[in-house]
Amino acid sequence: MDSMTLIAIVSIITAGVTIAVGSIAPALGEGRAVSTALSSLAQQPDASSTITRTLFVGLAMIESIAIYCLVISMILIFANPFWHHVIDKATGK
Amino acid sequence: MRLTPDDLVFWQYGFLELNLTIVTTWVLMLVMTVGAWLTTRKLVTEVHISRWQGFLEIVVTTIQEQIKEVGLDHPAKYLGFLGTLFLFIAVSNLCSIIPGYEAPTGSLSTTSALAISVFVAVPFFGIEEQGLGGYLKSYLKPTWIMLPFNIISEFSRTFALAMRLFGNIMSGTMIVAILLTITPLFFPDFMYLLGLLTGMVQAYIFSILATVYIAAATRTRDG
Repeated sequence: MDSMTLIAIVSIITAGVTIAVGSIAPALGEGRAVSTALSSLAQQPDASSTITRTLFVGLAMIESIAIYCLVISMILIFANPFWHHVIDKATGK
Repeated sequence: MRLTPDDLVFWQYGFLELNLTIVTTWVLMLVMTVGAWLTTRKLVTEVHISRWQGFLEIVVTTIQEQIKEVGLDHPAKYLGFLGTLFLFIAVSNLCSIIPGYEAPTGSLSTTSALAISVFVAVPFFGIEEQGLGGYLKSYLKPTWIMLPFNIISEFSRTFALAMRLFGNIMSGTMIVAILLTITPLFFPDFMYLLGLLTGMVQAYIFSILATVYIAAATRTRDG
């Protein structure tokens, strides 16, 4: 198996696994955050604007972990430097 | 498939280049500045005000209230910086509805620039509020052992700001582009709507996080 095929195989598999595994934990964390926010909203509806704002800020911070994984996935598929390098070598020959 | 608007270069001279990101950013700045100037030329305080003036008043008052709620006591000092952050990101994400437009926030250069401006603004406002000694002492709180962690957290949250905005906007446009090649009408429309909503939420998140960082730097801790 030459290096071009190997790079392609590993990039594709890694891209899939990255986003699959990387979105498990943020999803669980966001679920917990929203459920706690909902129960505290039910207990204290007067503080709803503070709770909602804090909830959104917290959700954005948790979401950024999933975004990091997504960016790595996208880079591996669409802007893969190793793939470009190998293609340039193959066509430049 | 183009990953960012940085790749479309109009003109290059050495390492300086004029690409789509820069052109779009300047066009947006021009549109927003000229629109605001035209609306606020004749401000009136009667009961009947023009619709544009009412809209701008709503925007400015809401941002001021949000800044005050986070804990900054004199929102007028920070309104310029934080309001600009929110409005620029919101308008640049909202204009994605125009066909052929590529949001400049989908390029890592723009988001890094915005994050670096927050990185510079936090010590600036902190020193303005507490003096140089007071601000530097805040790095030693709660204990002096936390000094390296506080410094690392400054850099990591700047990086996180840039990556969060870039990742959200870039992935939104890329998902639509990919879906267009698979299923023509409904799914791309739905993802487009989601992308618009995400754009607004991310603009709010970026400015609220900047507000929280500035509030943490300027709040005088007692004890």
